[in-house]
Amino acid sequence: MLIYEQSRAGRRATAQAPSETAPVDHLPAALRRKRRPDLPQVSELQAVRHYTRLSQKNFSIDTQFYPLGSCTMKYNPRACNSLASLPGFLARHPAAPATHSQGIMACLLELQDMLKFVTGMHAVSLAPAAGAQGELAGVLMIRAYHDARGDHERREILVPDAAHGTNPASAIMAGFQVREIPTGSNGDVDIDALRAAVGPRTAGIMLTNPSTVGVFDRNIQAIAETVHAAGGLLYYDGANLNAILGKVRPGDMGFDVIHMNLHKTFSTPHGGGGPGAGPVGVSKRLEPYLPVPLVSRDGDRYRWLTERDRPESIGRMTAFGGNMGILLRAYIYARLLGAEGMRRVAEYATLNANYLLSCLREAGFQPAYPQRRASHEFIVTLKREAKELDVNAMDFAKRLLDYGYHAPTTYFPLLVPECLLIEPTESEAKEDLDGFVDAMTRIRAEAESEPQMVKGAPYKLPVRRLDDVRAARQLDLAWRGGTEAGQ
Amino acid sequence: MPFIPHTQEDVEAMLAKIGVDSIDDLFDEIPAELLAGGLDGIPSGLSEMEITRLMQARAREDGQPLCFIGAGAYEHHIPAAVWQITTRGEFYSAYTPYQAEASQGTLQVLYEFQSMMTALTALDVSNASLYDGASALAEAVLMAVRANRKVNSKRVLMPRTVHPSYRRTVQSIVRHQGIEVVEIPFDRKGGHTSLAQLEALAGDPFAALVIPQPNFFGVLEDVDALTDWAHARDALVIGVVNPVALALLSPPGDWGSAGADIACGEGQPLGIPLASGGPYLGFLCCKQPYLRQLPGRIAGKTVDLDGKEGYTLTLQAREQHIRRSKATSNICTNQGLLVTAATIHMAMLGADGLEGVAAACHSNTAKLADMLCAVPGVEPLFDRPCFHERALRLPAPAADVLRSLAAHDILGGFDLGSEYPELEPAVLVCATEMRTDEDLAAFRDELARVIGDAQSGTPSAGAQVVNA
Repeated sequence: MLIYEQSRAGRRATAQAPSETAPVDHLPAALRRKRRPDLPQVSELQAVRHYTRLSQKNFSIDTQFYPLGSCTMKYNPRACNSLASLPGFLARHPAAPATHSQGIMACLLELQDMLKFVTGMHAVSLAPAAGAQGELAGVLMIRAYHDARGDHERREILVPDAAHGTNPASAIMAGFQVREIPTGSNGDVDIDALRAAVGPRTAGIMLTNPSTVGVFDRNIQAIAETVHAAGGLLYYDGANLNAILGKVRPGDMGFDVIHMNLHKTFSTPHGGGGPGAGPVGVSKRLEPYLPVPLVSRDGDRYRWLTERDRPESIGRMTAFGGNMGILLRAYIYARLLGAEGMRRVAEYATLNANYLLSCLREAGFQPAYPQRRASHEFIVTLKREAKELDVNAMDFAKRLLDYGYHAPTTYFPLLVPECLLIEPTESEAKEDLDGFVDAMTRIRAEAESEPQMVKGAPYKLPVRRLDDVRAARQLDLAWRGGTEAGQ
Repeated sequence: MPFIPHTQEDVEAMLAKIGVDSIDDLFDEIPAELLAGGLDGIPSGLSEMEITRLMQARAREDGQPLCFIGAGAYEHHIPAAVWQITTRGEFYSAYTPYQAEASQGTLQVLYEFQSMMTALTALDVSNASLYDGASALAEAVLMAVRANRKVNSKRVLMPRTVHPSYRRTVQSIVRHQGIEVVEIPFDRKGGHTSLAQLEALAGDPFAALVIPQPNFFGVLEDVDALTDWAHARDALVIGVVNPVALALLSPPGDWGSAGADIACGEGQPLGIPLASGGPYLGFLCCKQPYLRQLPGRIAGKTVDLDGKEGYTLTLQAREQHIRRSKATSNICTNQGLLVTAATIHMAMLGADGLEGVAAACHSNTAKLADMLCAVPGVEPLFDRPCFHERALRLPAPAADVLRSLAAHDILGGFDLGSEYPELEPAVLVCATEMRTDEDLAAFRDELARVIGDAQSGTPSAGAQVVNA
């Protein structure tokens, strides 16, 4: 039931708004609203109960194993939330002067420095509000670099066919054309195809390493050499940074620009789809173009660097300089981990992934790249099950929900048929991984004995499989019932 | 080991299953020369007790000054229940609802949010949010240029009364897509965008006109006349609005004879703390015909196999994970958690409560402006009606006055001269429903003292402290 359907004219949560309506005589009548907006009219308890019950219809990390590949659904420490929500941090206005901002700026500068160090980049800006915005900032910097050199012919960005969809979409927003590079059968970028593709039009390449197929590209140095020799720059999509945190630094691999997804690697909450934070790091030659604002320190005072200090900056990505509350959470997480803890992230994420892969392989599931080591994630292909049993990856995914496991990423990357991209993260215990293997094994047994049952899953959730086609054809995107107030 | 549950026995059993001797062996496909050395620049880990101590000290260091700054971010009362429910793990630690059956909570919240935003803006459809108000305006500009099939132009008229940071963000995001953003000067007497100034600049066809309501100065624009003017030239109208103000002010869908085509803005006033500028949420609504140009996630109602109602992400063919380089935008997620807070906030306040908040802010700011204008030399900068911010002319350099006030823990407004040099010395002040009569009096008294000192040539005590 919608909150609107519980609405009654005249009911309200009286404690929550000013008790008397103040005079608004100064507002010209012509500019006033003629009809009240149709918002719900409910009591405080009704609202609390309604949204608490809705929360219970969600899977989440706090309630279920959530091995969603490429999303790094690890534990979000509660301390990060409560300490970033201290009243002093929540009440601070974005335009508060530096005299009233030294505490938070100290946190931000230290975070900037830690991110710089752990990625091996020359400088970092915390400004982008999400991964995709970090990508846009990154390619805008590549564009600014070439433009500043008068190299206006470099208008092509190379993107492997396995890349996240945001990569080509971001490149287009920066005014580039996109050229796809195929992935070889071993999971590495097809280096010959790359060599054939680079040239005087190459602005750069966007790469995820480990890639979205869950393996570390062993040719990364040759790729870097090829692209750099052609005059292009290397962009590192930090989606999979959890796999190498503290073990390998993108700067050492030759990348010129990188974005980080703090909601993945630095454990800030995914929040049902945002907010994220997508800081960018750059090599020395790109530093002038970093998005503003940046935190800096003069002696013992912190201050913001803006467009005035950085005239060549690609500019501002949001009104107020970034998702500060998320940056604080990432800072707290990084301080809780420390140097040793950061290295362990990659080590145990990789251990969990390889262990889960070994168990699933032993249980008879087919790895997409059987000769390769898993990174922090790996792909299992269910093409055999789809062909022989007519039970596909989506059916497995939906049935997993009945067993109390969030499904892995399905049907991405597109180049592996019937794929499940599985990322267990470092924060899961061995027995949870064993439980997942057990569920997969049981589902396959069910697929053999009663395939129709599996194809009808899920059964134990608030709803059964939803009709997506109807959702797109008979569009219903907002409540139109009309409460008594709206009539 | 923080947040890693493995015992030594677990590790040994797992390595044995994989068939390697050590965790390091798992990295054997990585060229050895790429493996990093130590992480010397990163400090050792802290316990939760230690980091708590540190963060408390840092938060305390910034004080809790009395704030009269608005300028795009507003301090409102937030019901306690809003964030207690929003930070429940089931909302906080879930992800984008790709598996709809396991995400009905989040999806229904998105649908309810979309319903509430269409009600507030009086437009047909809403997306499930964007990053913030400024980036939402950038997406609105891109969307309007794509959607306007009547005018073959990539020019967009942007009044200078739009928030300066919004205008900059739009530039950063759209500049390489062939879009020309034409800035429109404002009327110096009224602080609004006048038709006369538009006429002078709009010789060539243009795809869209942006109309802020209220504008950055808090001044109310002639939205009806501006909307009709733009529509008469086949341009689309993009409203940039404050959602709390919409409880009182004419919604974009009602502007002029046909209504604005697109509305966007900052959702922060709907239950989101100031928090230094983010995370907030941008909203974006439009008329039905432009739906397929709308970027970002959209939730829709449908039915399951048994005919039971449920919710799912829909129209995904617009999005990057399906369309890749041909998507409407590169945006991936929305601001789900902030949407959750805003939805609960709106449910709890209702139209009545939101109107009460809007009226209180309007009247409190009017009262503040009257009180401050009693200080010699302080006067209103513009003569047109305002919502909940006022631009005031000062008799002394604004930056100095603000510095002296800050030394006494009063944040006395936004320095307008920093963005509009021609307006110096002037400040933009705001008093939401959170400021009491005592707060307003404290501001007036301190301002009178600072200005008195400035005029008599004695540096105020505050200025000395700051300069020392």
